[in-house]
Amino acid sequence: MNTLLINGKTLNVQAEPDTPLLWVLRDELRMTGTKFGCGMALCGACTIHIDGQPVRACVTPVSAATGKKISTIEAIGATPVGKRVQLAWAELDVPQCGYCQSGQIMAATALLREIPHPTDRDIDQAMSGNICRCGTYPRIRAAIHKAAGKA
Amino acid sequence: MKRALALLLCAVGVAQGAPQAGALFDPVASVVMTPRCVNCHQAEAPRQKDKGVLHAQQVVRGSDGHGSAALHCAACHQASNTAQGKVPGAPNWHLAPLSMRWQGLDKKGVCQQMRDPARNGNRDTGEKVIEHMKTDPLVLWAWNPGANRTTPPMTHDDFIEALAQWARAGMPCPE
Repeated sequence: MNTLLINGKTLNVQAEPDTPLLWVLRDELRMTGTKFGCGMALCGACTIHIDGQPVRACVTPVSAATGKKISTIEAIGATPVGKRVQLAWAELDVPQCGYCQSGQIMAATALLREIPHPTDRDIDQAMSGNICRCGTYPRIRAAIHKAAGKA
Repeated sequence: MKRALALLLCAVGVAQGAPQAGALFDPVASVVMTPRCVNCHQAEAPRQKDKGVLHAQQVVRGSDGHGSAALHCAACHQASNTAQGKVPGAPNWHLAPLSMRWQGLDKKGVCQQMRDPARNGNRDTGEKVIEHMKTDPLVLWAWNPGANRTTPPMTHDDFIEALAQWARAGMPCPE
């Protein structure tokens, strides 16, 4: 039994300490907003926040998240920056198939918290680990700038 | 005759002294100039694989060697390998400090960086200089990197011995 702090709630989970956090979120807790993409930290679809920093849940063992603040896409809209990002995403109709977008929004929110008005270079260096097979990158970039403009 | 022989031997010793001393760094270089070490002793971005290609995903040094503001090394690299070894991991995965970059340096350049307190984190004795290579989990990972990655050309015990000899001799560098 492990105790995890997810989106402000303390939850007991059965998973072993070396189980990837993504398995806990999706299979045990049925929080399926966070997506499984590659399972090797190569695509960014499973991006969540631990203590505010984006991490890939597919390679993060439960033991590395214990005692820390875990945030997922399900709760990101409850934060001021996350809400701005969601609104910008909706206004610009960013998603196409949508599969990578949970991870994109988590990465973008973390970026805007660290750098409220990022340059294109800042965006490249924060977002290049989040792959979009539909190629929505121009809209993602525009939406990040739009969300920054609302700050 | 004896005296002449002694002088001759002495002269040979002096003549060979410098290159022999510098050669003490050769076994050290044979380890530290492999991709497992050099890939993270880079200037602006880490490298990957035995070919030393630039790290995918536009990973950069950032302000403190731990990645950009919102893409830290620890976003993917855990305290140990994950994904069946495909994602390498060791505690505090990060780039070497900028002053300790080896990008573009030859054997002599790497040696001179290591023993220069202005560039080596103010380590002013041989023992302090070799400590990182003896004990840092990031370094030890190189001998057990998983996923069929290349390992250094000698055991870690032999590496420590080579480091100790080099340090005892006053950290001589190749000419």
